[in-house]
Amino acid sequence: MSKYNLSINGATRSVDVDATTPLLWVLRDHLRLIGTKYGCGMAQCGACTVHLDGVAMRSCVLPVSQVGEQSVTTIEGLSENNDHPLQEAWLEHDVPQCGYCQAGQIMNAAALLSDTPNPTDEDIDAMMAGNICRCGTYTRIKAAIKTAATKS
Amino acid sequence: MTKVRTSYNRRSFLKSVAVTGGGLVLGFNWLSGCRPAETKMATGPVLPDNWYEINAYLKIGENGTVTIRTPNPEFGQNVKTSMPMIVAEELDADWENVISEQAPFNADKYGFQFTGGSLGIRTRWEGLRTAGAAARHMLREAAAQTWSVPLAEVTTAAGILYHKSSDRSASYGEMAELAGSFPVPKEVELKAVKDFTIIGNSKKNVDARKIVSGEPLYAMDRYEEGQLVAMVVHPPSFGQRFGSIRNLEDVKAMPGIREVFSIKTYKDDFQKGFFDTNAFPELVAIVGASTWEVMNAKKAILVDWQPLEAYTETVGGLFGGANTSRNVPAGMESTEDHRARMNEAAGRSGRVVRKDGDPQAAFASAERVIERSYSAPFLAHNCMEPINCLARVEGDKVWIAGPMQAPGLIEPTIAARMDIPVENIEIEMLRMGGGFGRRGYSHYLLEAALIAQRVKTPVKLIYTREDDMTNGVYRPAYQATYRAALDGAGNLLAFHVKAGGIPESPLYANRFPAGAIDNYLAEDWTLDSNITIGAFRAPRSNFMAGAEQSFLDELAEAMGKDPISFRLELLQRAATDPVGDKNDYDPARYAGVLKLVREKAGWDQKKPDVHRGVSAYFCHHSYAAHVLELTVEDDKPTVQKVTCAIDCGIVVNPDAAVNMAEGGIVDGVGNALFGEMTFTDGVPDKNNFHQYRMIRMGEAPRKIEVHFVKSDIDPTGLGEPPFPPVFGAIANALYKASGKRKYKQPFLGGQDLLG
Repeated sequence: MSKYNLSINGATRSVDVDATTPLLWVLRDHLRLIGTKYGCGMAQCGACTVHLDGVAMRSCVLPVSQVGEQSVTTIEGLSENNDHPLQEAWLEHDVPQCGYCQAGQIMNAAALLSDTPNPTDEDIDAMMAGNICRCGTYTRIKAAIKTAATKS
Repeated sequence: MTKVRTSYNRRSFLKSVAVTGGGLVLGFNWLSGCRPAETKMATGPVLPDNWYEINAYLKIGENGTVTIRTPNPEFGQNVKTSMPMIVAEELDADWENVISEQAPFNADKYGFQFTGGSLGIRTRWEGLRTAGAAARHMLREAAAQTWSVPLAEVTTAAGILYHKSSDRSASYGEMAELAGSFPVPKEVELKAVKDFTIIGNSKKNVDARKIVSGEPLYAMDRYEEGQLVAMVVHPPSFGQRFGSIRNLEDVKAMPGIREVFSIKTYKDDFQKGFFDTNAFPELVAIVGASTWEVMNAKKAILVDWQPLEAYTETVGGLFGGANTSRNVPAGMESTEDHRARMNEAAGRSGRVVRKDGDPQAAFASAERVIERSYSAPFLAHNCMEPINCLARVEGDKVWIAGPMQAPGLIEPTIAARMDIPVENIEIEMLRMGGGFGRRGYSHYLLEAALIAQRVKTPVKLIYTREDDMTNGVYRPAYQATYRAALDGAGNLLAFHVKAGGIPESPLYANRFPAGAIDNYLAEDWTLDSNITIGAFRAPRSNFMAGAEQSFLDELAEAMGKDPISFRLELLQRAATDPVGDKNDYDPARYAGVLKLVREKAGWDQKKPDVHRGVSAYFCHHSYAAHVLELTVEDDKPTVQKVTCAIDCGIVVNPDAAVNMAEGGIVDGVGNALFGEMTFTDGVPDKNNFHQYRMIRMGEAPRKIEVHFVKSDIDPTGLGEPPFPPVFGAIANALYKASGKRKYKQPFLGGQDLLG
């Protein structure tokens, strides 16, 4: 076990865990930040997407020991009042079905928009390729990203 | 208006409620345990100080806020929004003041609480309307008594009671306490369809804000006080069973690990129910403090597995049907062997399920016979939320919370295994991260309970993605051979379908084009396997639609006919002069969706820049037709647009219904192009998404347009019907693009490009 002081959603959180523990399980099991989901454990589905210094990362394969000083943002910290343009656009387009993948989709899309404020369809296809939605809400996700792009 | 009795499914569902109704119930939230202390709501109804129970489906606060309970479990089909809409409609509630809750699992109050078979809205339609109408009636009675006016003069609108002639009004909240004290009326009036104000007007998903905020909704998100994490290890191969743990003590000594042991899910003499499918009834359980520690132990454990001996089991019938017998062979099966066995079975005569006219003579006299065979592989459900479940066992009391489609089907299994009455089992149905049929087979609830019983603390059982994908309960592998006999003038003389699968047949002998052809023969066959199968979105239809609609397309071409006109001709025959009396579809509604999709897709206008395929199918009491348009660049197909027409009767929540159809279409495109599970020596060849290809953003149709047939018919299925015809539409469009017919799913065979 090792002690880590992590910067998460603007606050410092201390955990005492094995160095190999993926950030996903630190967030969920140890800090009860459960918005970040477990889907595959091998960076193939995107359900666990968080931001590390603003960059989208798959937290299921990121050992806690590699987080260091970088600031972690989870879906819980994406916006002050859950009113990020993407969250609002997701509601406007009534995107979710089962909903399990959607926090990861939003986190990935948020990173996309901060790099590419006006993404083309091709940009969205490429950037969102790592996020699976088993329910098949892709057309709505894309529409919501475009709506958010016009408002952010 | 329609008058209906307030009893439902042999059970007077409102009467049993009246026993608990009427009293003052302090405000409580049965899901509070899985909600954060502060829910950041942008808007929403104001919580009252007191709730008054009106019936099992609703309670009303003194401030007029209404809580409506959804009896069926939610797996993304949005019943938690659409079912309360139905109650609110007849209650004449103000939707802005409605809180939606998942009802507790309680068969006495809510009957069969099941999600599957596209049955939800169809089977709950009358009951939910009656619950709302009965409550409205009781509120009107309360107002009539309070104001001393005739009941007939009390009207309602959006949560307010009125007596127009004396200019009096009161909110539902003001009358709720008195209304709750009245007996349930024996008969209530339901609204006319034309008077609906909530049904038919899109309402947003009631859980959407929590979903986009990352708030806890799923079993996976729930943490009980003192809970441990449990994982299981099942045999790596079908055809194997548990033997012994080789390094038990080493694993137990690993960090965070508390206990390692094996569990048996059933007693030896247990007769399984239809949904007790389970290839691996004896498992190793590893219990520890945290998920990662248990995952590490799972990687380190060494287990000796034994070959499974062949056996025969009797399985209880579905919904009270006759028992069936299942032969489970020994051995480690491979996909290659499956294909050879299926080809051999397809070459033999099958079991005749339906025969009209004299097909043998008609084929013998044919000028031309067209014969084509179609096949599809096993599929894994791959719900995004892996299988998981919480359980706590205290003495002879069991508490379980998890994602499940059918708690009522696993409850007796749990009771039998744990030697307790069903009354001692409390089950909470939590929002499912997908289901698609997989969560109807809830062996994991029992596994969690057995583990919790052993370790004497609450546990959360989690399957890894690999466990989830390799556990079985797959969509079966199927094969179908179609033959058509044509005379010299190109007329269709006879039609023959022979279909089978491992280990079930996909055949629906009485579906279209049965009824439209004088000489018709339908046969089926099955092959035993120890690989387990289960319902997968539109079972059997999800294969038959693609095969049949591809064959009809090829047949139309051979006959020189437009594929939609050809289908309409057959449907016209089935409507005016049907062959046989067992045809299970309505030819007029079937033709209706084809005509609608022809119009909306602009089928009759030439579109040289795209390759188009059409397909239509009937299942789950509804009709769906698609026109799929694709382009091919450098051999890479892109689905540009799918135009979809659906007849599912009244549409309760239109935008959500469109969402559901879009999802079914994307799911269909994905599985048609990529979906496949194969086996080598009993081992599933794919165990995670790096191997099992799922459709992704860039492969989804660029545009989907969904049109509903305007209808006053009571709602029929929606979650499944748009899915099966996609397979035919894309196969037919791929043919137009490549000049090659697609007979074998997945159509891209693991590649990106058309071969």
